Amino acid sequence: MATAAVPTPTSAPVPVAIPVREVLPWAAFMGFLALFLIYFVGAEQGAFAIFSGNGVHEFVHDGRHLLAFPCH
Amino acid sequence: MMRNLLVRGMLVGVVAGLLAWAFAWVFGEPEVRHAITFEEAHSAHDHNPAAMPGMDMGGHDHGDESEPVSRGVQSTVGLLTGVGVYGIAIGGLFALVFALAYGRLGPLGARATAGVLGLVGFVAVVLVPFLKYPAQPPAVGDPDTITERTVQYFGLIAVSIVAAVAAAVVARRLVPRLGTANAILASVGGYIVVMALIALALPSPETVPEGFDATVLWRFRIASLGVQAVIWSTFGLLFGVVAAKVVERPRDVALAA
Repeated sequence: MATAAVPTPTSAPVPVAIPVREVLPWAAFMGFLALFLIYFVGAEQGAFAIFSGNGVHEFVHDGRHLLAFPCH
Repeated sequence: MMRNLLVRGMLVGVVAGLLAWAFAWVFGEPEVRHAITFEEAHSAHDHNPAAMPGMDMGGHDHGDESEPVSRGVQSTVGLLTGVGVYGIAIGGLFALVFALAYGRLGPLGARATAGVLGLVGFVAVVLVPFLKYPAQPPAVGDPDTITERTVQYFGLIAVSIVAAVAAAVVARRLVPRLGTANAILASVGGYIVVMALIALALPSPETVPEGFDATVLWRFRIASLGVQAVIWSTFGLLFGVVAAKVVERPRDVALAA
C-alpha cells in the first residue's frame, strides 16, 4: 500500500517535557499575579485589609461566599 | 511557548468564569438570598437587643442603604467579577502546573494531562479542604473568628497541594517497582491518610446559628461545590484542547519533516 509509510492519525506524538528552567521565570511572575488576584477575591477586607473600608469585600461578596472562601 | 500557554490558560479561565457565573446565578443566588433574609431578621431581633430601633450596630448587614454595594450589583456584576478573576488566576496557575506536568506523566498527551490535572486540582484544591472547612453562606460563621478561619482554610489548601504534589512524585518513583496502577493506588491512599490525619488535628470552629434552615445550608454548599466543579472541569476538558496546539506542534513538525 502506498500509505504504509505515512504515520496513522491515531499514533499520538510522544509528549516532550518543557525544561524546568524555561518554566521558572514565568512561574515567579504568574504565581505572584495569581496569588494577588486570589487574595483580592478571597480575603481582602475580610481577615486582612490593604485598603480601608469594605468596598472590595462587598463587591465580590457573593463570589467569595460561593467560591467557598470564608467571607465574614 | 510559556507565554502562549499562560495566555491560553487565562483565556480558558475567562470561559470557566462565565460558565461558573451562570451556574452560580441559577443554583447559588437563591440560597444566598434565603441566607441574607435570615441574617437580617436574625440581627434585627437577636444580635442587638440594646440597639435603638432603626440603628444598625452590626458590622455587617446586607441590603442596607448605607452599604457601598447594592444587592443587585453584588449578585450580578460583583459575582461575575469574583468568579471571573478567580477563574483567570486559576487559569494562569493551571497553565504553569500543566507546563511542568506535561511530558512527565508517562505517555499522557496534552488533553489527558489537562484532564488529570483538572481532576486532581479539584480534589486537592477544593474538595478536600471543603470537607473540613465547607463554604459558609451569609449569617453562618462568626465574624470574630474570620482571621482564624481564613488562615486555617488557606493553610489547609496549601498543605493539601503539597501533599498532592508529594503523592505525584512518590507515584512516579514507585512505578518501576509496583507498576503504574499500583503506584497510583498507593500514592492516592497515602494522600488520603495524610489529609485525614491533618483534618482530624485541625480545629473545627463551625457555628451555624440556631434556626438556620438546614436545607438552605445544604443547597448553598452543594451549589458552592458545583461552582468549583464547573470551573475545574472546564480546565480539565478545555485547556488540553487549546494547549495541544502549543506543546504538540514541535513534534508534529518533526514528524512531518
